[in-house]
Amino acid sequence: MKDISLPHLNYAALAPMLILFGVACVGVLVDAFAPRKARYPIQLVVALVGLIAAFVAVVLRAGKVTAENAITAAGAVSVDKPALFLQGTLIVLGAVALLLIGERALERGGPFVAQAAITVGSDADQRQAARESGATEVFPLTIFSLSGMLLFVAANDLLTMFVALEVFSLPLYLLCALARRRRLISQEAALKYFLLGAYASAFFLFGLALLYGFAGGITFAKINESAQNGTGNITLLYAGLALVSIGLLFKAAAVPFHVWTPDVYQGAPTPVTSLMAACTKVAAFGGLLRVLYAGFDRVHWDYSPIIAAIAVLTMLVGSILAVTQTDIKRLLAYSSIANAGYLLVGVLGNSALGLSSVMFYLVAYGFTVIAAFAVITLVRDADGEATHLSRWAGLGRRSPFYATVFTVILLSFAGIPLTSGFTSKFAVFSAAGGGDQSWLVIVGVVSSMILAFPYLRVVVMMWLSEPGEQTPSVSLPGMLTSAALVIGVVITIFVGVAPQPLLHLTSEAANFIR
Amino acid sequence: MQTLIPLLVAIPLASAAILLLGGRLTDRWGHWLGVLAPMASFVLGLIAFFKLADLPVDARAYSTQLWNFIDSGSLHVGFGLLFDPLSAVFVLLITGVGSLIHLYAVGYMSHDEGRRRFFGYFNLFVAAMLLLVLGNNYVMLYLGWEGVGLASYLLISFWYNRNSAATAGKKAFLMNRVGDAGFAIGIFLMFATLGTTQYTEVFAGVAKLSTGTVLMMGLLLLLGACGKSGQFPLQSWLPDAMEGPTPVSALIHAATMVTAGVYLIARSNPIFSANATLQTVVVSVGALTLLIGCVIGCAKDDIKRVLAWSTVSQIGYMFLGVGLGGGAYALAIIHLLAHGFFKANMFLGAGSVMHGMNDQTDIRRFGGLRKYMPVTWLTFMMGWLAIIGIPPLSGFFTKDPIIEAAFNRPGWTGWLFGGVALLGAGLTAFYMTRLFVLTFHGPKRWTEDIEHPHESPWIMTIPLIFLAIGSVVAGFMMKTSVVTWLTPVLDPTGAEDEVHRITNVTGAILSVAITVVGAGIAYMLFRRGTALVEQPAGPVVTAARNNLYADAFNVAVFEKPGNWLTRGLVFLDYRGVDGLVNSLAAIVGGGSGRLRRLQNGFVRSYALSMLTGALLVVGAFLMVRLG
Repeated sequence: MKDISLPHLNYAALAPMLILFGVACVGVLVDAFAPRKARYPIQLVVALVGLIAAFVAVVLRAGKVTAENAITAAGAVSVDKPALFLQGTLIVLGAVALLLIGERALERGGPFVAQAAITVGSDADQRQAARESGATEVFPLTIFSLSGMLLFVAANDLLTMFVALEVFSLPLYLLCALARRRRLISQEAALKYFLLGAYASAFFLFGLALLYGFAGGITFAKINESAQNGTGNITLLYAGLALVSIGLLFKAAAVPFHVWTPDVYQGAPTPVTSLMAACTKVAAFGGLLRVLYAGFDRVHWDYSPIIAAIAVLTMLVGSILAVTQTDIKRLLAYSSIANAGYLLVGVLGNSALGLSSVMFYLVAYGFTVIAAFAVITLVRDADGEATHLSRWAGLGRRSPFYATVFTVILLSFAGIPLTSGFTSKFAVFSAAGGGDQSWLVIVGVVSSMILAFPYLRVVVMMWLSEPGEQTPSVSLPGMLTSAALVIGVVITIFVGVAPQPLLHLTSEAANFIR
Repeated sequence: MQTLIPLLVAIPLASAAILLLGGRLTDRWGHWLGVLAPMASFVLGLIAFFKLADLPVDARAYSTQLWNFIDSGSLHVGFGLLFDPLSAVFVLLITGVGSLIHLYAVGYMSHDEGRRRFFGYFNLFVAAMLLLVLGNNYVMLYLGWEGVGLASYLLISFWYNRNSAATAGKKAFLMNRVGDAGFAIGIFLMFATLGTTQYTEVFAGVAKLSTGTVLMMGLLLLLGACGKSGQFPLQSWLPDAMEGPTPVSALIHAATMVTAGVYLIARSNPIFSANATLQTVVVSVGALTLLIGCVIGCAKDDIKRVLAWSTVSQIGYMFLGVGLGGGAYALAIIHLLAHGFFKANMFLGAGSVMHGMNDQTDIRRFGGLRKYMPVTWLTFMMGWLAIIGIPPLSGFFTKDPIIEAAFNRPGWTGWLFGGVALLGAGLTAFYMTRLFVLTFHGPKRWTEDIEHPHESPWIMTIPLIFLAIGSVVAGFMMKTSVVTWLTPVLDPTGAEDEVHRITNVTGAILSVAITVVGAGIAYMLFRRGTALVEQPAGPVVTAARNNLYADAFNVAVFEKPGNWLTRGLVFLDYRGVDGLVNSLAAIVGGGSGRLRRLQNGFVRSYALSMLTGALLVVGAFLMVRLG
């Protein structure tokens, strides 16, 4: 038996993950030792400083990364250019979502419940709903989740990827259950998410086992090499790839593994929904891109038609179901599903162009979707957020400014030129067109047209309906939500008007190192 | 020159921007700013003109490129300006006559609430017109062309709450679109065959093109020119354009914009001179239009309509001139300049009459105004004598040479076109004399509401006096000087083959004689006034009153089928397109409603659907590989 020796660790490459992990641990300690009143400001500052430090570490590393020094930790982690780009994206999007999570100006104590374990509706629950400010554990939970995502997009073998998947999923399950209002549906959402997430993880794990059987190893390099040499049992290869993909497609919310999305998006506290819609999407597609591009590049022609079929289903089901939604959060959930379909179309570009276009899309979509949820947190009445669409009628008369902002966001979702929605759709569709997937592009455009209908219906409702008794007013946002909203909208328009800098960045970064 | 030439355009443009964007803040002083802008441009234009004149003849062209206008693929268009002898005379005409008319408009529009808006549009027009004549490529010309079209539309419909004005504006705009489309396609053709739109490069390349291409290009440009200049078959918008305020009619629809077609052909003289068929077409259009204008002018009773049809007819003379080519290019240009003076003079005079007569325009209800409006009478008389070509007023020196040049065209066509031009001169004398006599002489036939017509204020009469002086002397002054001045641009060579059927003296005698006859008949007929209302008339007069049925033709051939087409398309849209879209939407909505039921909220169902999906995916993967 050989001695186990510590593998070489490139700390500069691992720094962003280590910083976030450390900050999360500090956050737990703060909750344990800091006085109750001081926790919130300390947590907020620690989390934001940690994110900034991690971002700086990513930027510093991005200047030095090469094909030789990308892989570290005994081949378990590959901090290559796409990984760094996605990590940077995750950190920035996570920071913007954290601003929403940390907002306490909109309602007393913030959007989170103080003690989630108290029975809903009991006397104790009513007391805490009225008085106590929200649990500050949400900050370390968010940071834990983000650190898991950072590892997920940099994982160079399937086992690391699985561990990272669980690290980022478990805090999210918890976060979903912590809504201050409508606690029952929040808890239901968390439970559903947890059960189905565990189910999907099992598929992933089983796939991992089959692939080990095929290649005799779990690193992408090994799998790729075996697939190239034609050694091993190819039934294991395909069954394994299918099962691993299912695990990832679940997180990406692709049909038919999307079923959790509407319920969870609706039930979770809106800031957490924005975190899931932006960051989970980035992590899931980052992982999917790495598995398909770095691990299974050789069997590209075999998996393409199946992924394409899933993409078509995802685009159509997402957009068609969005048509009849009556709740704005569910509407955005289905829109998120359809967007997963567009991203899959980009993935099938299967080239550096496909990779860069998907990364571009993730950035553009992430900022817009956070801004959308930020507006949703503002439209509220005495019972909290007013998410039923009928309540949004006439909002343009009541609050023209926020209605305008939301209109811009919806136009971007619909892919109208001069918004990021247009440039990003254009990027993925042209990547797919370049990869001989023109028919997918046609389906994508048809789906976009269908999806434009529910978006425009909201616009029409906001502007062309008379405000009713029921129309809530828009609360004045606090500094944090304002900042998140401004960042989201400015980037939505900037990437729409001048996409070149971001395109340049993504095409620079589009090269996986196994 | 570097800063001078761009400033010519920039000053009125800036003034227009201030007036239109400044809103009510500029109401009190806006009109004075509006007057100063073209005056400033006139002064700068004069300075630039003298600088140009100082240069040796060969070097008299100043071209500059301000920035890259369009830079796409192999299409490179610069925002370039060109100041050469041809642009120079146009700049002076536009800013000179323009300044006088602006000044007049201060008085004419003084009671109008929209005066500031009027001056904003007016300055916009001046800027666009200057851009039109100063561009150094066809795209710049087109830019100005569209700019003046826009200004013309805005000003015809200036009193937009009058139904007739709004309709006239639309009519002008639509008919101009027809011409503009032709012009645009002509420019595309240039780019397609020569790869450039720059004047110098296009003209250098014409020789390499096939005859058919040159013919096509020329016809397309001619279509554009006909639209803008109210020539056959696109003439019918111009008289309706008189719905705008009178200064607009004077500046835009008489002196400057409507001559843009002549400018276009003169500027493109290497293209038109390169093809004899093309020249014949231009000459025919000119001759036909001048006749149409004269005939209809005889039958109209509205003072501005008569002047409008006379404009159509005079531009016909100019087209005749540019169509003859060679030395006649310059003749057309000097006629254009002289026409700018006397027609602006008469339009402003008509405005002055209307100003004193409660906006009455019917010449049957004028008469005897000489005593009441002496300045208007005298200045209008100068314009009248100038247009009918009595020596030594300007029309004589500019119109007669065109008639002679038409006679000297080789072949039988020379006799035809010369004859038409001569007949036109007689008819012009007839209807202009009728207009003049009925307005200022004879018995009073005023409507009851007018008790004491008055002369216009000085701010309106001063421009009249200046323009009257121009009408008298311009022709004599320009007859050789401007023709020589234009030589570098409008090369008179190529006219050697013309026959000399008629000498200057015979031509002059002939045309003066026919003019006197026409004017004499009119004077005899109308010196005692005329009936107050329209009288029944024979088929020729009825046809002329109905604009020779051009409007009826347009309605029958274009409007009615257009309406049918629209109705058909609307039907198709409702039943076909909308039906398809609505049923598709219904299908999507129905599908959405059904699919929604799958989302029932139970984790067990969700897990089952995931399992089914997983089985399908794994099965598919294995099928792809093993099957």
